[in-house]
Amino acid sequence: MPFLNPADVPEARGYLATDEELDGFRAAQRLAYAAAEAVAAELKPGMTEKQAAALQETWLRDHGVHDWLHAPFAWFGDRTAFQGFRVAVQFLPTNRRLEENMPFILDNAPVLNGYTADIGYAGVLGENPILDRILDDLAEHRALILKLIRQGLPMSEVSRAVDQLILKQGFEPRHKAYPFEVLAHQVTRMEPRDTPRRTMPFKFGTDFLATLGRVALVARKQGWSPLWNSGEGSNHPPVPGLWAVEPHLGFRGVGAKFEELLVITEDDAYWLDDDVPHVRRWKERGLWPVQGETA
Amino acid sequence: MNTITVDNQGIKLQAYTYGDSKKTAIVLVHGYPDNHSVWEPVAKLLAKKYFVITYDVRGAGESDVPRKQADFRMSLLSADLAAVVDAIIPGRDFHLAGHDWGSIQSWESVTADGPLKTRILSYTTISGPCLDHMGYWMRERTFNLSPSAKAKVFKQALSSWYIGFFHLPVLAPSAWQGGLDKLWPQYLKHRERVEEPEANPTQGKDGKHGVQLYRANFRNKLINPQERHAACPVQLIVPTRDNYVGTQLFEDLHHWVDELYRRDLNANHWVPLSHPQKIAAWIGEFVAGVESGKMSGALQHARVRPERLHLPLNGKTAVVTGAGSGIGRATALRFAEQGADVVCVDINEEAAERTADLTRLLGAAAWARKVDVGAAQAMQRLANWVEKELGGADIVVNNAGIGMAGGVLETSVKDWDRILKVNLWGVIHGSRLFAQQMVDAHRAGHIINVASAAAFAPNRKLAAYSTSKAAVHMLTECLRAELADNQIGVTAICPGFVATGIASNTVYAGLSEEEQAQKRAKADALYKRRNFSPEEVADAIVDAVLNNPALSLVGAEAWTTRLLSRFAPVLSRRVARLDITP
Repeated sequence: MPFLNPADVPEARGYLATDEELDGFRAAQRLAYAAAEAVAAELKPGMTEKQAAALQETWLRDHGVHDWLHAPFAWFGDRTAFQGFRVAVQFLPTNRRLEENMPFILDNAPVLNGYTADIGYAGVLGENPILDRILDDLAEHRALILKLIRQGLPMSEVSRAVDQLILKQGFEPRHKAYPFEVLAHQVTRMEPRDTPRRTMPFKFGTDFLATLGRVALVARKQGWSPLWNSGEGSNHPPVPGLWAVEPHLGFRGVGAKFEELLVITEDDAYWLDDDVPHVRRWKERGLWPVQGETA
Repeated sequence: MNTITVDNQGIKLQAYTYGDSKKTAIVLVHGYPDNHSVWEPVAKLLAKKYFVITYDVRGAGESDVPRKQADFRMSLLSADLAAVVDAIIPGRDFHLAGHDWGSIQSWESVTADGPLKTRILSYTTISGPCLDHMGYWMRERTFNLSPSAKAKVFKQALSSWYIGFFHLPVLAPSAWQGGLDKLWPQYLKHRERVEEPEANPTQGKDGKHGVQLYRANFRNKLINPQERHAACPVQLIVPTRDNYVGTQLFEDLHHWVDELYRRDLNANHWVPLSHPQKIAAWIGEFVAGVESGKMSGALQHARVRPERLHLPLNGKTAVVTGAGSGIGRATALRFAEQGADVVCVDINEEAAERTADLTRLLGAAAWARKVDVGAAQAMQRLANWVEKELGGADIVVNNAGIGMAGGVLETSVKDWDRILKVNLWGVIHGSRLFAQQMVDAHRAGHIINVASAAAFAPNRKLAAYSTSKAAVHMLTECLRAELADNQIGVTAICPGFVATGIASNTVYAGLSEEEQAQKRAKADALYKRRNFSPEEVADAIVDAVLNNPALSLVGAEAWTTRLLSRFAPVLSRRVARLDITP
């Protein structure tokens, strides 16, 4: 049976997941969020980014994860806004220590039984009004992205609409700091591994990079890109498959994002799981569903 | 006015009430050498909305005079207030205001643990520091080795000469009976600028016995101060020309008061007599704010925020037009970071509101106003609102502008009219109205007009825009000359191609909607590639406020056009013949 990956089905554009496979992805994403929430609850002043990243890794390994899209990341303080980030190595966890009222982002991407998740979890140790506002305002982005993809707009146009909304909100689009300024990237199903796998430099999984390379080649022939941004490369209708979407907003040295899987089918789209921490938070605060949008 | 006699352990106190007793109660406490009548003008004004209570402090007016000096101790004075409110408004909470010694003794009620502390909902203090706070203030600065700290103590000591005098036996009390009581109204009129001081029949008594207030409390409190924190919001009114109480005494007050508001008034010591309208309005506004839980704009601005006290623009109010996006929004945010509070003006209300929201996130107070800067009446309303609600602006940035491309002939009369309305008339209105307010109020301030690099660069395809900006530049230079003697700075800011919304909203005269859309997209892309951010212009604007240059050029384009026009006008005219639109 072909693994779920556009490179293995070159005759089709993108791929369509079965219900069983969607369950697999959902389980992986839930585990990833559980790891982030467990570690977030453990964070204390004085902890370093490296420690927070390692805690996520240990937690996930203890829960049956052997492989990674990328090893867990953690960013503290103004590093949540990727302040001054120029080169990829700056994304790696550092010895920056967490302080009271400092924002943080945990980001992990485990592969569970061959199913990939890639999540982002933003929070604060204490209180931070700027972070609260960014987290609140991310709700509009989640609604907007889904609405425009459902309308079948070119993916680059959707990304530009996100840029416009960020500009209107008065924030900076910090996902532009990622390689290729990606708003999202496609994830695939990979061969399950039962022994622990090492990660490559920059903490990306070997299988993931290899798969991404093959997907990119096929995608190029078909005229689309597995890396979704505002550029010409993404100027194509929505491509079926699972996409890890991560709008990342920054303001005055505070950054926050969500990252979760969006399912695109041939004629529709939906978020893989609505039971995720940021949506629960919005619901508690009366911000979800976003008014005037069908979420 | 009704009179009531209240008994506090054998001392009879004469109290006076104004207005409807069912309304929210405000108690006003007088100072030295006064009696309740010093509050009468204010009480009558406040009585329209509130139930106002005043009383003659022990030793003054119609109240009894205790025999011993010890009977003037602070705790007993506070007990008098408790007796008065228990008799007139038993069990009810109330608001409190004090002037001079009335303020000094009221600090005791506001800060000392006891039955009053929880009943006082708000406190307005005028020219009367807490003696314990003063003790700490002096201690801090006396032991501080810096010359400026020593100078402050010395300055206060100089203006407090009379306190030493009051400690002299016999002499001080007898002065009040030796004719000082008769001279007092003249003293108030000439030295203290009270226009029509009325002779007070008990002046001699008020002056003579009140000396005991100083003798019973000063030494003890100053030498041995106690830590005293206020439980309620406090409004501090500071008469800046006070001859007895220096403004420096209040610089540490936020250590003792969590919710502190400070308002300065350019006046002498006896403000209840010299400025009753203002004082009544401020007390009423503060009481209303505490009662409703929502402070007025002026009070939000007046809130003392300790973490902002060190910022260069602390206490300033800035008005920024076109604040909904681009340079305007970046400037509003930068002002907030530098300590100012900001009025965010834009024709797009939602965008203005958003900027105000972000500005508040940075710790500033902010207000959003929807205004078309080209409309004279709307601008007049804005200026009135700023004056009335916030007490006027210190900084005004006339930034709102629109883009327009096309030659003189291509641009229709309607388009000419439109761009001049926004880009030129908007600046004229903003400059005239706010400069007039500054001049009238003798307020030092700054007016900043955002022109453009295009102000110096003629171009066949940018006629209307360049014309409007060149006019803004000239207007700014003229205004600067006109206001130079009024301590009002005026600066023209000329930025180059900044990545704002202006490129995607520019009107291309004589082109179809479709062609315009193409041009806009191309221009927007070019602006983005130039990658010149509004934040850089905002930095230049803050710099202009601090240093008052006549002209601030921001970006290489601005320097180039300026230098070309000055030193190579022939070349500048050659360049003007090129079509610079995309």
